[in-house]
Amino acid sequence: MSTPAVAIPLADGPTKRRSRSGFRVLPGFGLTLGCTITYVSLLVLVPLSAAFVRTAELGPRKFLQVVTTPRVLASLELSFGASLLAAVINGVFGFIIAWALVRQRFPGRRLFDAIIDLPFALPTAVAGIALTALYAPNGWIGQLLAPWGIKVAYTRLGVVVALAFVSLPFIVRTLQPVLGELDREVERAAETLGASRLQTLMWVVLPSVWPALLTGIALGFSRAVGEYGSVIFIAGNIPKVTEIAPLMIMTKLEQYQYSQATAIAVVMLVSSFALMLGINGLQIWAQGRRRAR
Amino acid sequence: MIRQSQIPEELGRYALLIVALLYLSGLVALPLVVVFVEAFAKGIFAYLNSLLDPYALAAMKLTLLTAAISVPLNLVFGIAAAWAIAKFEFRGKSALTTLIDLPFAVSPVISGLIYVLIFGANGWFGPWLAEHNIHIIFAVPGIILATMFVTSPFVARELIPLMQSQGNDEEETALSLGASGWQCFWLVTLPNIRWGLLSGVLLCNARAMGEFGAVSVVSGHIRGLTNTLPLHIEILNSEYNYVGAFASASILAMLALVTLIAKTLLEMRHPELRAGQMRAA
Repeated sequence: MSTPAVAIPLADGPTKRRSRSGFRVLPGFGLTLGCTITYVSLLVLVPLSAAFVRTAELGPRKFLQVVTTPRVLASLELSFGASLLAAVINGVFGFIIAWALVRQRFPGRRLFDAIIDLPFALPTAVAGIALTALYAPNGWIGQLLAPWGIKVAYTRLGVVVALAFVSLPFIVRTLQPVLGELDREVERAAETLGASRLQTLMWVVLPSVWPALLTGIALGFSRAVGEYGSVIFIAGNIPKVTEIAPLMIMTKLEQYQYSQATAIAVVMLVSSFALMLGINGLQIWAQGRRRAR
Repeated sequence: MIRQSQIPEELGRYALLIVALLYLSGLVALPLVVVFVEAFAKGIFAYLNSLLDPYALAAMKLTLLTAAISVPLNLVFGIAAAWAIAKFEFRGKSALTTLIDLPFAVSPVISGLIYVLIFGANGWFGPWLAEHNIHIIFAVPGIILATMFVTSPFVARELIPLMQSQGNDEEETALSLGASGWQCFWLVTLPNIRWGLLSGVLLCNARAMGEFGAVSVVSGHIRGLTNTLPLHIEILNSEYNYVGAFASASILAMLALVTLIAKTLLEMRHPELRAGQMRAA
């Protein structure tokens, strides 16, 4: 799997032709656009705006009050912090994995390549109980770590592990096509000129994959921030310690504190949208860098 | 000699490969294995027993029903959206594309919450619904709505780049030869996009059957009535019924495996399908 798989900003796709006379030739524009806009408005736009309207009714002072309670603040910090950590760790290991899959030939390569997508397809609840069973003190991996005093399940480390699971494919799948396109002659030239492997990696390989790596990390991070299912099983959900922001929303809902839940949701929505815009910018930059080569 | 000795370089390469495979195994492969090992921990009878439990069967039925409604609707939506966006030029196109993608950027819990704000007891339509005795939140319609929201981008995401890369030439030829709009769609466009469509539907279905967070908010967790398979797993897990939890999980894991294998095969045969995948998660 090494053909381009990075999300290409759709609006930048090949430009559409109209017929020479300037009229639209194909039928169905009004019908399909009408259906699309109606569906998206009813299903996505109106419900999402409900969150903002509800929060506006709350007023800015009450909003800030809710969002800055120590418990809510701790949950937001954990969600963003653990997601960032997981995405960066995956940046390192995802790079090594993508490198191995693109550059090396070994038995089972196809299989390992295919399971990269497993976190896309495996329901989060399944991932959650499986990771918990694996990393619990009596689990297959937990057992190996316990003698070193490392506890994963029911700690913040467990949150990072679950978030690393969900964000890994984004990083690997963004890097693979770019690594595949690298001109190996340039690396050989660097080595011929006396560069060490590390120097070649630092000064030749990294600069050309940098935009893709950042894009992958950002995509993984944005997926991890909102993650709920896989985390709540392994986290233990101790308030202020291992309670993530989506769980905080859930808890507020269960206490029928809808406006408080919505206030936290708005903080997360705004940061998600900002991230989405940032990622679009990153992708356009990465695309430009790839075309320039 | 300019190049350093060959041996440390080889060693370094193997070390990197081992690191990559260990990380991948510990984080992705072993969790899959552990699902099946735990499911069969007390033998095949315990496994089958927990799957044939009436509540488990009811959860499976609801999961199938949810997917059976939300996937076809999102399929039609995806085709319509891709037709409008890929075949025509219009103002606000990139805004519309972003809007279609939006559910991918929203936390699953928030995807459920927004429907509670509209249809819940305190929501915009709450009082009216209560008056007419219509139940959406903590009932099946809410589960279907939340699932539709979460899975709405999958088919469109897959089809838009595919249809953009195919252009309009074939359709224009068909029309100039006298085909009607619908004939053109059924006989020209649909055969061209069928594999992309299948790929999008597979991913959409996997997510529809596996969605947890969004459904968890709107479900109310009434056993036998509003419990989907993922929610059933959570309940069994919290009751320390691990064989039951992992037995249900194994069904969903098999679904994920089938989806993954089908997708891998599709992409091996049709490399052009890989373009739209990245965001599809």
